[in-house]
Amino acid sequence: MVERTPILDMLTYVFLMVGIVIVGFPIIYALIAATHTIETVSMVPMPLIPSDQFWVNMQAAWNKGDLGTQLMNSFIMASGITFGKICVSLLGAFSIVYFDYRLRTVAFVTVFCTLMLPVEVRILPTYEMAANLFGPMQIVWDFLRLDGIIAWFIGHDIQVKLDLSLLDSYTGLILPLVASATCTFLFRQFFLTIPEELCEAAKIDGASAMTFFRKIILPLSKTNIAALVVIEFVYGWNQYLWPLLITTNPKMTTAVIGLQNLIPQADDLPFWNEAMAAALIVMLPPILVVLLMQRWFVKGLVEREK
Amino acid sequence: MIKRSIFSNRFLPYILILPQILVTATFFYWPALQGLMQSMMLSDPFGLHNRFVWFDNFIQLFRDPLYLQSVATTLIFSASTAFVSISTGLFLATLANRALKAKAVIRTFLIWPYAVAPAISGVLWLFLLHPSYGVVSLAIKRWFGTDWNPVLNGTDALLMVIMASAWKQISYNFVFFMAGLQAIPHSLIEAAAMDGASPFRRFWAIIIPMLSPTLFFVTVMNIIFAFFETFGVIHTVTQGGPGGATNILVYKVYQDGFIGLNLGSSAAQSIVLMSLIIFITVMQFKYVERRVQYTG
Repeated sequence: MVERTPILDMLTYVFLMVGIVIVGFPIIYALIAATHTIETVSMVPMPLIPSDQFWVNMQAAWNKGDLGTQLMNSFIMASGITFGKICVSLLGAFSIVYFDYRLRTVAFVTVFCTLMLPVEVRILPTYEMAANLFGPMQIVWDFLRLDGIIAWFIGHDIQVKLDLSLLDSYTGLILPLVASATCTFLFRQFFLTIPEELCEAAKIDGASAMTFFRKIILPLSKTNIAALVVIEFVYGWNQYLWPLLITTNPKMTTAVIGLQNLIPQADDLPFWNEAMAAALIVMLPPILVVLLMQRWFVKGLVEREK
Repeated sequence: MIKRSIFSNRFLPYILILPQILVTATFFYWPALQGLMQSMMLSDPFGLHNRFVWFDNFIQLFRDPLYLQSVATTLIFSASTAFVSISTGLFLATLANRALKAKAVIRTFLIWPYAVAPAISGVLWLFLLHPSYGVVSLAIKRWFGTDWNPVLNGTDALLMVIMASAWKQISYNFVFFMAGLQAIPHSLIEAAAMDGASPFRRFWAIIIPMLSPTLFFVTVMNIIFAFFETFGVIHTVTQGGPGGATNILVYKVYQDGFIGLNLGSSAAQSIVLMSLIIFITVMQFKYVERRVQYTG
């Protein structure tokens, strides 16, 4: 700092400690609760000294909530969204920045208009869309009265139902969340800062567009990709509304949704120790990703929103 | 904007952009269009007939006292959530920026709640503020002598979801404020100190104005978060209750559409939310454009 302010410096550290403890308190408390038996956890107030039931509760929560399956689903969904988003946006941004074609502006505006439209504001129609991916085609089909035309050709009545449901499937969990204008926009901004000379040099050396993409663009984008991996993985893992709608089969649901079944309701025995153990298990993977990749995470978060 | 040196290929660019366009069209534009149509339709209880009713659903909506109550709840909820999380985030970031030692450790300890899902944050706070078992609710009862029961009392329930949502968002704000603070030129602070400005004076006279772009941006993002992403908190913790006290707009869309199966009204509500977010985005962009000129 600029001047010597010993009292203020001390206060800074004191308040920081208080802040860290307050921010961490819900988790610390959950950790302690997860070590208790149901008798001690429902005492008022619950003793703040950890007990020895941690693994017992973990196991109980794991079995009760079928966490093995659900964590796997969460993992598949989160990685699918991350991978899909990054691939789609990388290619899209490359197309927008490095090519000139007639519909370029149209494509850019089309993607860009969806920048901040979260799935929450259009849940019902998106759900209908996922319930039958061929819905729009069916409308066209019916509108053109193709049923009648075909029936006239082949001589007997026929009804064509186009049906492809994404409910209770990994595709349904992942695909609608893959389109992301933010990622495309970020990559576009980044590509624009890549020196022109690189592209010129590559062209002189006879590189095709895809070679240039593979050998130059991809390696240069490494840090941006790492940053987005962290953010999108956390985003995918923590999705709530979409998996809630699209999955009805408990075998296909994600861990964050499944957690709700473990929260004690008014008439249940207060198994808060197991609920907290389950909550800790479910939140661990994204926390680990954020902490282990902290440097990229901070960079990605700040740059993504520019 | 485009590069000076580009590739020319007739089909390749279309193939590259195709996946993005397909997904966007299927899961953004088509549903949005459907929603718009649905919002002007009235369907009978069996869903057999649809009648085109123009803006009747919207008129009904704004005459519905439950909807207006939900609007008021959402405004209170998002303003309080944004205020609590932004002020705490700013406070902690300012302190962390002052700290000379252990900066990395402090940052690590403050950013991890970002990774906690809103729904899980809701579960944690439900346990802390539970009327019979929660330790914080016990403290409230002892110290303030007031009754605390978020299961029955609407104000308490609203406070609980505000806490759960704001807590999760603190680390997000913290990261942005840290980045913003580090971007302030040190010479400015030093010059002010030479002129005899105390640390507090410097905070109000230099740091806050220099931080105002970040502050604005973070406010917008927090409001968007409170409007939409807190669905998980509401759904796990209160389900809109008690008596609609925590029934925020996005939860009402879900409730009316999926549980009440009032498709027209739900679609109209979606359209209202969509217009709102488009408005926010446009505002944001106007502002971003300005900032680009300002710094460049």
